[in-house]
Amino acid sequence: MYKIVEKRELAPTVKLMKILSPEIAKKVQAGQFIIIRTDSKGERIPLTVADFDREEGTITIIFQEVGYSTKQLGNYNVGDEVLDFVGPLGQATEIEDYGTVLCVGGGVGVAPVLPIAKALKEAGNNVISIIGARCQDLLILEDEMREASTELHITTDDGSCNYGMKGFVTDKIKEILDDPSNDVKHIWAIGPVIMMKFCASLTKKYEVPTTVSMNPIMVDGTGMCGACRVAVGDKTKFACVDGPEFDGHQIDWDLAMRRMNIFVEKERLITERNAKGGNL
Amino acid sequence: MALNLNRVPMPTQDADVRNKNFKEVATGYTAAMAKEEADRCLQCKKPLCVPACPVNINIPKFIAEIAEGNVAAAGETLKDTNALPAVCGRVCPQESQCEGACVLNKKGAPVAIGRLERYAADLQIERGDFKMGKKPSTGKKVAILGGGPAGLTCASELAKEGHAVTIYEALHCAGGVLMYGIPEFRLPKDIVQTEISAIEELGVEIKVNNIAGKINTVDELMKEEGFDAVFIGTGAGLPYFLNIPGENYNGVYSANEFLTRTNLMKAYDFPNNVTPIMVGDAVAVVGAGNVAMDAARTALRLGAKKSYIVYRRAIEQVPARKEELEHAIEEGVELKLLTSPTEILGNEEGWVTGMTCLSYELGEPDDSGRRRPVVIEGSEHLVEVDTVVMAIGQGPNPVLLETIDGLELNKWGNVVADESGKTSIEGVYAGGDIVTGAATVILAMGAGKDAAKAMNEYLSNK
Repeated sequence: MYKIVEKRELAPTVKLMKILSPEIAKKVQAGQFIIIRTDSKGERIPLTVADFDREEGTITIIFQEVGYSTKQLGNYNVGDEVLDFVGPLGQATEIEDYGTVLCVGGGVGVAPVLPIAKALKEAGNNVISIIGARCQDLLILEDEMREASTELHITTDDGSCNYGMKGFVTDKIKEILDDPSNDVKHIWAIGPVIMMKFCASLTKKYEVPTTVSMNPIMVDGTGMCGACRVAVGDKTKFACVDGPEFDGHQIDWDLAMRRMNIFVEKERLITERNAKGGNL
Repeated sequence: MALNLNRVPMPTQDADVRNKNFKEVATGYTAAMAKEEADRCLQCKKPLCVPACPVNINIPKFIAEIAEGNVAAAGETLKDTNALPAVCGRVCPQESQCEGACVLNKKGAPVAIGRLERYAADLQIERGDFKMGKKPSTGKKVAILGGGPAGLTCASELAKEGHAVTIYEALHCAGGVLMYGIPEFRLPKDIVQTEISAIEELGVEIKVNNIAGKINTVDELMKEEGFDAVFIGTGAGLPYFLNIPGENYNGVYSANEFLTRTNLMKAYDFPNNVTPIMVGDAVAVVGAGNVAMDAARTALRLGAKKSYIVYRRAIEQVPARKEELEHAIEEGVELKLLTSPTEILGNEEGWVTGMTCLSYELGEPDDSGRRRPVVIEGSEHLVEVDTVVMAIGQGPNPVLLETIDGLELNKWGNVVADESGKTSIEGVYAGGDIVTGAATVILAMGAGKDAAKAMNEYLSNK
């Protein structure tokens, strides 16, 4: 059992939890993920690590309540324990001193960007970051990202953040890449699949290497089931063991989006059942 | 007493009933059936069955004990050499091991050793007493990486010798393929867990949710955590696909995913268990091993109207156990033999709509002596399915292996180990599918047992 030692609501439906797991906290690196399962009937939910504290022995996860399992997890409180918590899974981010890097997080995707930005800054990079959301209420980790970056830009789709730019993260990426004095060597872009797709297709034109972090459907997370197949170039990769980070310029984005929909019908069934008084 | 040449049949659920439920297919011998079958054993002075058993169960002894009505003693005899008899009685390929060697084969049917093993083991579970003797503590510590059949067997043998054993298991429960792979209707999960808890009673500690290599490397276990020896039993890992177009359409599963969702995560009980599975009206399982049979039979139970086995060779070459093939056919699984897919077709939303296949005929024998399937020109045809399960094997999982410096691997990426499980690193042993590539539960158990013997000798001299 793994205890929840901190819980915060970062935005409506977006929750942060710190979970006590000294063994994982000792080993985890930026870019890796964990799998969490609330109880013996629960799903194994993969979540990219948002932060970790080796001394405290905690792992921070941030998730949006989108389906049954994430809503159920969101109902857990400080002091509660989850049944299973396993990791660190996947390959770590390749951290080195690139020079100037651009870290882009969209929506809840800011969470996995944070430890990457931190590690890149520690490695000596000039870290320019962009965080974006539909509106200011949905912006998360602004202070943390500001601290982890040399400069931070904010975008909101509706312009509700009055000190940020009205528009998408791609608009800000374009502005930064158009200024040759920035000389961006590498980009990390993490967020909803559609956002990563547009980021990758934009940065391809500028020929700046762009790493994305995939969060496809998974079961075991250790390479055994192959549910998390991602087409990269002409190869099929498993996000759990080969990723979760891949070259965004080589991903088959349409396939990635279609594969997100495999269980939509089942999700609808479980939602209907709960609407009729099933327990959540 | 005249020789009885016919074995007592195993009672089963009717095929038309069982293909709609996940309860066990074979319901097990009654006391009278077990007695009658046990009486058929000739009690050979030099039994051929014992050396044919990978874990060398004293077969004549436990059968004599059943015949004498002392089933409790039979259970203990089994546990002397086999930590998982209720599992083995169900899933071992006895026809090619103990029963294949039985002297009665010369005249008629061999003794149903597997059924008797299951009978005695099940009664032991019912009674709930697992008397397994254990030597005094040696003060030596052993780490077992992987809690499947190889690791569990190695662990119990070493614990009996008095060593302190810890199993590191990546999933949320121990058992490996016994939990995620083999379906409930062949191997009830409660039985697996009961036999595992008996191993825990021996003092074996099982740490679940613990990914060997990621949490502890072998080096750290030996240098920092004070383990004197390590056994690698991480099993087969990454599933193979055919590398044909369309394999990433929605509705194409590896057999591992299809079975893990259903067995380990209990998707058959959705939404009470939250993990979903989508099965369409017509399912094609590509491959014809035991795993393929499990997937095809599972598909029917999950509501598929048609379930096909699609296999490139002929029926004589089907690698599954005969019993599994027969059960599958009885339940309504249809065979599309001498058939192999070249492409999976899909619609605009990305869902499978069919499979283009070629037909084959058997040509000249190849190097292995099996007649080679040869494509029939112009035989391209459509098989209408909406779900495809690839059951064509799997390669070794690299997660742990890539973290061990100096461990010799073969060209397929499997660990190189000698007959006793010894690897290229001192104190590090390996066995099961990680060494041999995908094989059977009992061969993995045999390897775990052989390694335990060698490890015990190594630890005694250390």
